[in-house]
Amino acid sequence: MTYLAKSPWIIHYDASSCNGCDIEILACLTPMYDVERFGIINTGNPKHADIFVVTGSINEANREVIQNIYNQMPDPKVVVAVGICACSGGVFRECYNIAGGIDKLIPVDVYVPGCAARPESIIDGIVTALGVLEEKRKNRVSSPMVTDHDHKAHHKHAEGGAQ
Amino acid sequence: MINIVWGIVFVLIAPVVGGLIAGIDRKITAHMQGRVGPSILQPFYDVGKLFEKEQTVVNETQTFYAICYIIFMIFTGALFFASGDLLLVIFALTLAQIFLVLGAFAANSPYSYVGAERELLQIMAYEPMVILTAVGLFVATKSFNVNEIAATTTPLILLLPGIFLGFLYVLTIKLRKSPFDISTSHHAHQEIVKGVTTEYSGPSLGLIEITHWYETVFLLGFVYLFFGFNPLIGVAAVIVIYLLEILIDNTNARVKWQFMVKSSWLIAAVVSVVNLAALYFLSGGVP
Repeated sequence: MTYLAKSPWIIHYDASSCNGCDIEILACLTPMYDVERFGIINTGNPKHADIFVVTGSINEANREVIQNIYNQMPDPKVVVAVGICACSGGVFRECYNIAGGIDKLIPVDVYVPGCAARPESIIDGIVTALGVLEEKRKNRVSSPMVTDHDHKAHHKHAEGGAQ
Repeated sequence: MINIVWGIVFVLIAPVVGGLIAGIDRKITAHMQGRVGPSILQPFYDVGKLFEKEQTVVNETQTFYAICYIIFMIFTGALFFASGDLLLVIFALTLAQIFLVLGAFAANSPYSYVGAERELLQIMAYEPMVILTAVGLFVATKSFNVNEIAATTTPLILLLPGIFLGFLYVLTIKLRKSPFDISTSHHAHQEIVKGVTTEYSGPSLGLIEITHWYETVFLLGFVYLFFGFNPLIGVAAVIVIYLLEILIDNTNARVKWQFMVKSSWLIAAVVSVVNLAALYFLSGGVP
């Protein structure tokens, strides 16, 4: 008997998303879809969360934040990348400030493509994540501590232009 | 007379009852918002899950404070149901709350600090009224003993309507319901993350949840004291009061702490003092 799958608490982070996927995630909480009937609660706190839901892709400003949230979550935990930008970078893939999908930085367990991802597919992704979560608990998987040591930060304006 | 059996019954049964109350609360809340809502057993699933999670702590003493919090809350409730002294019950309750505050201060986190400070303000707001309630019950029954108060044949609610109203006001603070859920709330992410419990995770957060169940049952027992003359009316009143709290929770927005402290002190000062004065003159000036 496991309680993990009956009470998944999520933390939602908007990483340079256009807000489209975020609105769809919030739609899941409304009376129409009401994910709380599955015990899903949107916590604002990584230390209470089991599922990390990320929308949008990685850029210079948010890579530290994503790592920080991931590292603060207690095991077992899973990551769900919602929307095509979070999966692969989407149409912003070639942009100079975009490093790509979330899996470039932290291990992603479930990909939910779509632009924007539909509430139904988001709920489906979360339910799939519950299976992964349960498996991780059974095998006592301890998630890695992600760091960014080999990453070279862009030079800021101070060192450029005027010189 | 201390009634050990009732104390033990409280320790064993209260988490089950408290958890069910929390589940029913969430179900009714969901229906009020036009949602289906989680299962009534959802709070048990949540706590079961928390005990399956990894324990991560910022400061080792945090867990110690969480354990102290639950021990003193159980002590408070057990003493109350074992018909101990009402004043000792109230001060043990304060001690339990202080351990929650210390636990929040133990972690060096801004959100935890804000939550702890707000929790202290909540204690400051409800404490005068809770003590005046004990005073009112004493004036009406000439006893601080819980058993004697509950066993009085006079309907205390008719003698102490003002005190009861004041107690209802602070009950909302104690139950952490809107508009007074300022120290920790599932709905205040943007404001304080999770307030006092921000830095707790896994099993120690589970302990705090169970403590809240104990607290709920104890507080509803306190409400029952006003209706002790007829157990049937007493139980009905407790249920109605809790439904009223759910309604208040769902129809009010969170207020600022200034309003909370001012209004609860004002109510304590006006309503209960008028009630006590009326009681004093009615009894012919003999306290």
